[in-house]
Amino acid sequence: MSDMKIQRLDEHRWLIPPAGGMRVPGVIYSSERLMKEMGKDESPKQVANVAHLPGILKYSLAMPDMHWGYGFPIGGVAAFDLSGGVISPGGVGYDINCGCRLVATKLRLEDVRDRMEELVTALYRNIPSGVGSTGPLKLSLSEEKKVLIDGSRWAVRAGFGTASDIETTEDGGRIEGADPDRVSQRALERGREQLGTLGSGNHFLEIEVVEEIYDEATAAAFGLRKEQVAVMIHSGSRGLGYQICDDYLARLVKGIPKLGFPLPDRQLACAFLDSPEGEDYFAAMACAANYAWANRQILMHWTREVFEKTLRRSPADLGMRLVYDVCHNIAKFEELPVEGRKMKVCVHRKGATRSFPPGHPSLPDVYRKSGQPVLIPGDMGTGSYVLAGTEKAFQETFGSTCHGAGRVLSRSQAIKAGRGRSIRREMSERGVIVMAAGKGTLSEEMPEAYKNIHEVVNVCHEAGISRKVARLRALGCIKG
Amino acid sequence: MRPYRVFDHTADLGIEIFGETAGMLFAHAAFAVFDLMADLHLVHPKETRSISVEGEDREDLLVNYLREVLYLFHGEKLILKHFAIVEINDHHLKGEVGGEFFDPDRHRLKKEIKAVTYHGVEVRETGSGWRGRVIFDV
Repeated sequence: MSDMKIQRLDEHRWLIPPAGGMRVPGVIYSSERLMKEMGKDESPKQVANVAHLPGILKYSLAMPDMHWGYGFPIGGVAAFDLSGGVISPGGVGYDINCGCRLVATKLRLEDVRDRMEELVTALYRNIPSGVGSTGPLKLSLSEEKKVLIDGSRWAVRAGFGTASDIETTEDGGRIEGADPDRVSQRALERGREQLGTLGSGNHFLEIEVVEEIYDEATAAAFGLRKEQVAVMIHSGSRGLGYQICDDYLARLVKGIPKLGFPLPDRQLACAFLDSPEGEDYFAAMACAANYAWANRQILMHWTREVFEKTLRRSPADLGMRLVYDVCHNIAKFEELPVEGRKMKVCVHRKGATRSFPPGHPSLPDVYRKSGQPVLIPGDMGTGSYVLAGTEKAFQETFGSTCHGAGRVLSRSQAIKAGRGRSIRREMSERGVIVMAAGKGTLSEEMPEAYKNIHEVVNVCHEAGISRKVARLRALGCIKG
Repeated sequence: MRPYRVFDHTADLGIEIFGETAGMLFAHAAFAVFDLMADLHLVHPKETRSISVEGEDREDLLVNYLREVLYLFHGEKLILKHFAIVEINDHHLKGEVGGEFFDPDRHRLKKEIKAVTYHGVEVRETGSGWRGRVIFDV
């Protein structure tokens, strides 16, 4: 963990005092065990690096699932002043608006227990996944541009889902300010064939069952009850988002000498929010964010169709309702409390989830009293958590909490650990049916490769930056 | 012997590359990208492309060059196998690449390299040739 001075602030917070060029302190939400497990991981240094950026407000934050990323750590959160502050592609990540959505059903565990093999196979056949996967949708350029501007709204207009899906999507599945003219031909080209595809790596589509309820009232508000079957979808903006991130990184790296301040890491290349480069990046990033929402909306629509056909039940009978959709790689303009007053800031959440409190005006009426549903996908086979946003997160962490488990084993360590084992069979012995397109994917994504999700979620719960509502167990999963 | 070796990085995949000259180091790095992604013995070079990239320094040049060859996979669906550097200095590079269009019936993809990062990127001349490091997002 290098030679950095890290002080324990309280039970769940560690402080990196400002040193060298840091403009604000770093604060890490964690537990003693998670801090120890980090070992040689350089993420605390990345928390400190982010604190070097101009216009950063209060502190550079990291959530308990923090691990080594590029530029920002994964699990990093930082907010910037609109005047004098910056926006950084490295603070969003390559997979812009990578995120997840939870779809509740009216099905009970006993309705699907004996149909899982069939359901997973049908999902695997109908949801395109894997390396460079392309889908049945081939968009014209002009249609693609509409996707980039309208996000989920485009998808619903095109027949993929219903208007109520939009209400329960963060930001209504559309960020204002998207401008396709700031997106390169290359990015547009890559995006044209990949809408409606899951992708590879850690992306998945999982059938789960609600195993435990921690807060009955909030679970009821979210429409969740014990033994209920639900579907978690984890995907992002595919090649389009990657290309946009890459295009702007290349452009902003060229501008580093003109920024007028030293950058501790090239991957932190950034632009002032009010500069043409900063405005261009935001407008392009918003396109990818909207594309990702449309993508998850389409994936959900096909999931509904697969359930209807496989189980021969009507949509009304299945009642597949979008609980919520959250993004966990994003930069957005939000009104957040800073030093006792509300102020419009540019908040970066890189591997962090928005966690807005009860009463927040951006929440749909159904969640006004409960707070925002926060979806935390675990690793393959562990299942997921549903949490609720809190006032404390709003006040302390720019309305943010963790996003998942975070890796502890590198991919090659995981493949080594998986040698001679059938991860598929191990999963099946645990009651999880898995189908994956890539040969190495199952080993790379095996449960041991990730931090203990329960520990990560407990830190967030105990620190008060989100509240535990329900835990879901995996039944079947398709992976890229 | 492979002109590169893989090293560990928690979230992703890093390679250390070697070459007698800067040009060979760059060519080996590009080879590594495709060798990690696909079974290259199944690839018969039929298509060629010329590449020209600029960089702020050698490291930036390496990242930009690898971005360019990786785009030929993601954008044009080319699996490349042959890499030659025709001209190179600290800020500019010209090269030729050869490969063929991805055919799911004949080719096998092992994993996807999604992006080339600046994280810990290095290119330097040592007593015994050139050595570099680069980390990929996978």
